Amino acid sequence: MSKEPILKIEDLHVAVEGKEILKGLNLTINKGEVHALMGPNGSGKSTLAYVLMGHPKYQVTSGRVWYKGEEILALKPNERAKKGLFLAFQYPTPIPGVTVMNFLRAALKAVQGKEIPAKDFLKLLKEKMKFLEISDQFSNRYINDGFSGGEKKRHEILQMAILEPEMAILDETDSGLDIDALKTVAKGVNRLIGPNLGILLITHYQRMLNYIKPDFVHVLVDGKIVQSGGDKLALKLEELGYDWTVEKTETLSVEK
Amino acid sequence: MAEKEFTDVQDIGKDYKYGFKDPEKHVFKSKRGLTREVVEEISWMKKEPEWMRNFRLRALDIFLKKPMPTWGSPILAEIDFDNIFYYIKPMENQGKSWDDVPEDIKRTYEKLGIPEAERKFLGGVSAQYESEVVYHSLRKDLQAQGVIFLDMDSGLREYPDIVKKYFATVIPAGDNKFSALNSAVWSGGSFIYVPKGVDVKIPLQAYFRINAENMGQFERTLIIADEGSSVHYIEGCTAPVYSTDSLHSAVVELIALKGSKLRYTTIQNWSKNVYNLVTKRGIAHEDATIRWVDGNLGSKLTMKYPSVYMVGKGAYGEVLSIAFAGKGQHQDAGAKMVHVAPGTSSTIVSKSISKDSGRTSYRGLVKVYKGATGVKSNVRCDALLMDEESRSDTYPTMEIDEENVNVGHEATVSKVGEEQLFYLTSRGISEQEATLMIVNGFIEPFTKELPLEYAVELNRLIQLEMEGSVG
Repeated sequence: MSKEPILKIEDLHVAVEGKEILKGLNLTINKGEVHALMGPNGSGKSTLAYVLMGHPKYQVTSGRVWYKGEEILALKPNERAKKGLFLAFQYPTPIPGVTVMNFLRAALKAVQGKEIPAKDFLKLLKEKMKFLEISDQFSNRYINDGFSGGEKKRHEILQMAILEPEMAILDETDSGLDIDALKTVAKGVNRLIGPNLGILLITHYQRMLNYIKPDFVHVLVDGKIVQSGGDKLALKLEELGYDWTVEKTETLSVEK
Repeated sequence: MAEKEFTDVQDIGKDYKYGFKDPEKHVFKSKRGLTREVVEEISWMKKEPEWMRNFRLRALDIFLKKPMPTWGSPILAEIDFDNIFYYIKPMENQGKSWDDVPEDIKRTYEKLGIPEAERKFLGGVSAQYESEVVYHSLRKDLQAQGVIFLDMDSGLREYPDIVKKYFATVIPAGDNKFSALNSAVWSGGSFIYVPKGVDVKIPLQAYFRINAENMGQFERTLIIADEGSSVHYIEGCTAPVYSTDSLHSAVVELIALKGSKLRYTTIQNWSKNVYNLVTKRGIAHEDATIRWVDGNLGSKLTMKYPSVYMVGKGAYGEVLSIAFAGKGQHQDAGAKMVHVAPGTSSTIVSKSISKDSGRTSYRGLVKVYKGATGVKSNVRCDALLMDEESRSDTYPTMEIDEENVNVGHEATVSKVGEEQLFYLTSRGISEQEATLMIVNGFIEPFTKELPLEYAVELNRLIQLEMEGSVG
């Protein structure tokens, strides 16, 4: 595994509507690595996901982010996507009247910078849908419109499978899934994991990590990463709860 | 209609590609303003029977007596009735082939893609220029089945009995000020009769063009679908861009007899100096269906509320409409569903998009008479605002005099959502394309009802309207 950073975050401070959420976050993800980011509600996990993808509501007040060696904070979301960055949404937005098929085709065209012949696209779509156990009629439905929780998440992973990003952020992809749906989604993600893909897996619970094995686990509390370790850290969190890390942080700051 | 029509759109440099004008040539033009003499002159020139002349004159009295509506839109009061030309006859005799049509006018319709659409997918075409229909055709196989498709004036001459039986029975002259105006000075429009059991499988189309400045166009359409028949009529309309106003005030009457299916599609794309004040109403008899598919993109002010009166058991009425209001435009559109008979049902779907301080309103009525049991009615209005300056209002009215009914109403107003845009752009799609996708998705329930050629045209028009709306 090469030690080439695909994503590097340095002292990132982010505010939403004037309130600071991320307070100096540092994180480096190398090619081929799977990083899990865990933390209690309100710690800033989703904020990090949105800000990395360029949501206009989140203001970076200081800090820098490099993707494949290039600073990306000034880029628009579509420009980041074209460079290979991907966010699987926790709450995907419905867009009535726009079919999954037309959307995916437009997205693939945008990301690849060229039109894909309809026949080739349909073949690709069918193959990916089959693997994610998504029925054929699904592609004619409107984006996230009336989707069940499981359908929404599978649709996110379907997009990831088709767009083939190099850095994917999965924001609570496990939430709202029953165990079977979780397994299918994890299967989809595991198939994509490889030496060229970096993954940041954001989750509240350890459950997902039983199916997608992280190389590193980080704990985010109040806008900062307070602890990093191997996959055992997740189990410890599961056992002791986030209070344990919070206490630990407080102890650490006292020791300082 | 054809794709190639759009290649030179960018060169025009503005977003209304139908704003060109021909040099004005006519064989007759009434003097400015509306008088008894003007009305008598129109009737005389058309060599009308006495009853129609009297009908016009009575209507004129009603028009002059009726006050201007005070609801709808404040800009209604700006209409200067004395500044309008009420009748312009562009040529002596109606053309049976496009070669009979004067060169300028023929070129205009070619630019609008009418002859091409006629060759490709229409059963019949009527082209009205100013006050008169200048070209008319109906496919031979439809003629052979007894289908009548004429301009209204020819209809009156050739089928006086049918016209006399139905004319103004759905919309009497005194219905409102503008139906009175139309009744006094009407000219052109379509007369259609579909015999029992005949299924007209391909659409019949009328195209209305205003060319002269300060023109008033008052076409009058009457469509009768006899028992068990079906027909789809499409109308389109455009006008040149002038700095002063023109007036379009049509009356459209539909009669759907037992078990028939009548569909009326409008793509209204007047230039933004046209007042479009139209009365459209249909009567649906037992088990008959009337559907209005109504698209309003152009005009300065549109006030139009297509209606269906369901007078026979099991009749169905539907209005599916979209309205687009840009800068300086007010689209006050809606629908009326009147349930007279039991077991009738209706659907209203209204979609509006407002942008650059444009204003849209939905104004609707669902009325259920006592005794009309088992009625089902569903109303849905969705408004999409493109910016903070734009406006949308909803004025729904329900008058339900029967208990055993199932009536639903749902209304939403949304802004093109930051979250929707972010979702699409996070997949590599540009903001401009994403906005278009959202807007086209919003009106998809409408476009999917259009013949393919019109859906393509409509999407292109929306695209032109949307251009420059995002940075």
